[in-house]
Amino acid sequence: MAAYRCLRCARLLLVFISSWYVVASSEETTQGHDRVSVADNPQTAADTAKQPLEERRWEATQVDKAVPGDAAAAAHKQDFPVPDSVLTPTPQLNDEFKEELVIRPLHSGDIYASFQFRTVWETDFTRGSKVSHYRLFPKSLGQVISKFSVQELHISFTQGYWRTMQWGQPYHPSPPGAELWVWFQDTVTDVDATWKELTNVLSGIFCASLNFIDSTNTVQPSASFKPLGIANGTDHRFLRYATLPREIVCTENLTPWKKLLPCGSKAGLAVLLKSEKLFHSSFHSQAVHIRPVCQDQQCKTMSLELRQTLNVVFDLHTSGQGKREWSLFKMFSRTLTEACPLAASSKIYIDITDNPQEEQFELSPATPLLSQAVVLGDRRTFSVYDLTQQVTFGTVRSLNVLIRWKSTEGDMLRPLLHAERYVAGYGLQTGEIHTLMYNNHPFRSFPVLLLDSVPWYLRLYIHTLTVTSKGKENKPSYIHYEPSKDRVRPHLLEMLVQLPPHSVTEITVQFERALLKWTEYTPDPNHGFYVGSSVISALVPSTVAMNTNITEEQPLFSTFFPCKEESSYFVRVYTEPLLVNLPTPDFSMPYNVICLTCTVVAVGYGSLYNLLTRSFQIEEPNPGLAKRIANIIRKMRGVPPL
Amino acid sequence: MATAEVERRRGQLAALSIAAVVIIVGVPLWWKTTETYRAWLPVSQIRELAKLQLQLSADVEVVFARGTVTPEQQKKVPLTKTQEEDHAVDEGTTLKYRYETKYRTATIMEEDALNKPAAAEADLALHMLSESPCGSLVIYVIPESSSLLHEDVKVYVGQRRTALLRVVAQMRTAKTFEQLLDRLQPHIIQVLRMMSFSRADITAALSDRVRFHPGSKESVADSMRAFKSSPGYEITFSLLNPDPKSHRLHWDIEGAAQTYIQPLLMKMSPVANFSIDSQTLHYAMLGVNPRYDSSRSAYTLNADSLAHVINPVEARLGSNAASSNPVLNFLLYVPDSHHSPLYIQDHHKQEVYNVDSSYGPEAEFPVDININMAKVMGIFLAQLRLLLGVQSSPPPPGFLVAPCGSTGLADWELDRLMWSRSVENIATATTTITSLAQLLDQIGNIVINDNIAEQVSNAVTSLQLAVAELDAGNLGFALQFSKEAILASEKAFFDPSLLHLLYFPDDQKFAIYIPLFLPMCVPIMLSLLKIASEARQKRREKQAKKD
Repeated sequence: MAAYRCLRCARLLLVFISSWYVVASSEETTQGHDRVSVADNPQTAADTAKQPLEERRWEATQVDKAVPGDAAAAAHKQDFPVPDSVLTPTPQLNDEFKEELVIRPLHSGDIYASFQFRTVWETDFTRGSKVSHYRLFPKSLGQVISKFSVQELHISFTQGYWRTMQWGQPYHPSPPGAELWVWFQDTVTDVDATWKELTNVLSGIFCASLNFIDSTNTVQPSASFKPLGIANGTDHRFLRYATLPREIVCTENLTPWKKLLPCGSKAGLAVLLKSEKLFHSSFHSQAVHIRPVCQDQQCKTMSLELRQTLNVVFDLHTSGQGKREWSLFKMFSRTLTEACPLAASSKIYIDITDNPQEEQFELSPATPLLSQAVVLGDRRTFSVYDLTQQVTFGTVRSLNVLIRWKSTEGDMLRPLLHAERYVAGYGLQTGEIHTLMYNNHPFRSFPVLLLDSVPWYLRLYIHTLTVTSKGKENKPSYIHYEPSKDRVRPHLLEMLVQLPPHSVTEITVQFERALLKWTEYTPDPNHGFYVGSSVISALVPSTVAMNTNITEEQPLFSTFFPCKEESSYFVRVYTEPLLVNLPTPDFSMPYNVICLTCTVVAVGYGSLYNLLTRSFQIEEPNPGLAKRIANIIRKMRGVPPL
Repeated sequence: MATAEVERRRGQLAALSIAAVVIIVGVPLWWKTTETYRAWLPVSQIRELAKLQLQLSADVEVVFARGTVTPEQQKKVPLTKTQEEDHAVDEGTTLKYRYETKYRTATIMEEDALNKPAAAEADLALHMLSESPCGSLVIYVIPESSSLLHEDVKVYVGQRRTALLRVVAQMRTAKTFEQLLDRLQPHIIQVLRMMSFSRADITAALSDRVRFHPGSKESVADSMRAFKSSPGYEITFSLLNPDPKSHRLHWDIEGAAQTYIQPLLMKMSPVANFSIDSQTLHYAMLGVNPRYDSSRSAYTLNADSLAHVINPVEARLGSNAASSNPVLNFLLYVPDSHHSPLYIQDHHKQEVYNVDSSYGPEAEFPVDININMAKVMGIFLAQLRLLLGVQSSPPPPGFLVAPCGSTGLADWELDRLMWSRSVENIATATTTITSLAQLLDQIGNIVINDNIAEQVSNAVTSLQLAVAELDAGNLGFALQFSKEAILASEKAFFDPSLLHLLYFPDDQKFAIYIPLFLPMCVPIMLSLLKIASEARQKRREKQAKKD
């Protein structure tokens, strides 16, 4: 049995190695991109061969980058051409489902768990052919895609804010609230109407208030959001981007999201997704990404890829009475007993990069499988639990991964890029938005693309826009600004800014607060109005040299220096959403005004009316009090009055 | 004293003129500025439509084959007769059925066709000769000696719009042509009831409008089974796999839908638009536990408990996100390995909905199972016909109905469906339009925009056209117009702009008006009252003086 597994493993290795060769050569020819980062190299295989006694075994894995980053999104179009192919392993069946869970212990003591479920369906839904028979792919989403001619769809719901400085970069960045961006196919004639209808349908599918997306919060970014899958053109007329920073994410959004999985929450990793634990966390984000991908390296046929991701950060340190220890059961109140039977692969990865000699924490049950991957510009090592193997579950037939910390030391590498934003100023008339972008790289500068979508009721004074780094003015090389129209569309500001090494770049712009009509205020206007996060897309220089494989078939003179041009990775950073107070009237005022005006009118009118209609006569002087009393007595006596 | 009198008169005049200004200028101004926009609606036409009077006309051709009429009788033909029948459903709805019957003798080509050896062939040959329009019928009267039909078969109902009627002994004794027709008449009526509209169909179609008198339990169930008329239907096939760990199910739904369902839907395309899709649901559990029946060593499920099965599954079926048409869900449940084989126990009979899954206990899981689509689709197709409202009442004795071909639907069945659908659409659209008119009439706050008025008049026009086409016997056009009427009326009824000012409460209106109106109107009222009382007093004084 063991021999068989070894054999299989070796075969796996072979497959991946050969695929990696092809990837590398294709990258060479297309001056390609960094979408697929294959982490294995023959050296590790050699290691396995050389050290059969060692318990740990290296497994070749292909870890797709968390955000399937694409170069063009990050920077100028000419510099980074859009990739025309996305590689996926060839599926034997028509469709294929994979699930995985990555767990990363964070230096703050929190635990970051990232689920990813991926369904690839070999079908061509673009060319008008009606797709209607579904197996693993959820029918509801498939119908939406074919009805609205959607090329790519990315939707995320997030509760909480990702603290980049404490937690590092997430695998799947997302802004607080709801975010939706969609590329439509170029056959769509009325994109705005389709977009409106699509948001309404999606709001029904995900039980979210996406129906509040309208033209006042929708923008068409010209450079920031490029297609992540196969795309013929990148005409941003077919792109729509909207965020709802106010959206609260809760169980009612999770349930429909889980329903899209082939196994539901009945088997596989999804049994861990219990809402009472997931929403008792510091950060929760769930997303759905749909895009067309290539089926193989030749890219002759297309597949439709659905990625469902769920990221959650648990604060176990505070709830665990200071004991730094966690397990699957403690996090999710469930343990794993089986993989989803429909899944082609079902794995748990645990990031043990900071713990090579087990001096920091102890992992049990120990797993012999190890894997390496370059994620977010860093070479990480993972312990792998393969749920499709019965051995993983041991004798108790359930898997409860447990980490016990031994020491609390350890530094986190500061993230190379992070950003923050705040509103400055006083009073309710004007204000100033400050956006700070930090480049923590010691010696390299890199360009970032900033996208700001500000609602119309903050009237930006674009002439006050300043970009300064290290006390000097930093002139953006590309600015795309679309002014707002009241009640019609928001401001859109996109800039390509070069961040000098080890610096803070500050962008400020002043604004004036508009006075809304009284029906336009939210039910709780004194809470303030949200302004969505800024989006910073960048190609950040990698800290590791990507290409260390020197056995590749290449001219010798070209392979000495390992560093290549592509040795940078794509990140997208979201800033905090802003909460801005607008001048808020007293809402009982209209009625007060009505009453007051009417009273004034009535008083004026009354006196005028009296003047006009009454006749005035000189009245005889009033008889004195004594005389009146005397008269009453006289009346009683029957005597004529005085 | 005189000056005081003059002053008093002046005051009265001032009060009167202020009142006049308020009434002549103020009230119209207030009226105009607070008016809600209400576009003109064709109310009188809607009222006319509310009293539904429909006339259904069908063209019937009775063709006498050689040997059925004597030469003497033959002189009378061709002949056209009209037959009318009144059907008062209730006081607001009256129907009139009109059959325009044309009698003629068969042409030579038709004679040739009728001499074919089998009825089905004759049917096809007659169809090739002349295509009868939608809604019409041709009845061929064939001699008793004809070999087309079996001896005990009186009437053969073909796949198209033709029927073969065999002359019975009593008809042959008829002397004159009129006598022959009289004796033929009951049989023809029977054929018409079968192949064209019948009272029962039309009453069922009007169930929306007319209070339904439930007859037997069976008929209630039958009438509730068919879906309401709609411009389109979404048909979804779901394969429920409760146990993907042990069964890996494969079904060729794409091919099966193409082979079995698509022909029927193509045929029914004049009635509605259809779309087909399918999905596989894993871990879809039955809501009930089947009982183990040791006598048969199988699990049984009572037919009554099937209702409890639907609810847990329905949550996962998902509604159609992309359209608002009704969804017809067809479920195929494959029992899990622990509850296999599974039987459904009915009152009358024991039905087996089981997928062949013969594997030994030593089989390695998951087991690949290929589902026999022909078996499944047979059941689905029969159910689909019922759900879409194709009635299949048992034929009267002596009738032989040709088996429906690959399309699964005979032409006359489609006609019957179109008759009842047209009537149903017209009834629904009139109900919608009249209730909308009533609602708008009752609630004065509702704004009626021009687009709503336009939809309403479109609906009314389409309704009138549909009624006229029914009258003229153009079934296809009638159905088309009735569908348009339904679309337009629903669009008008569900327009969101109707809701805007629907619930503006009266107390709030008063709260806004009172601060202004009370102090302004009270003095005017008082002075008017005073003037009136003074005038009355003066008159009384005058009267007294006269006396």
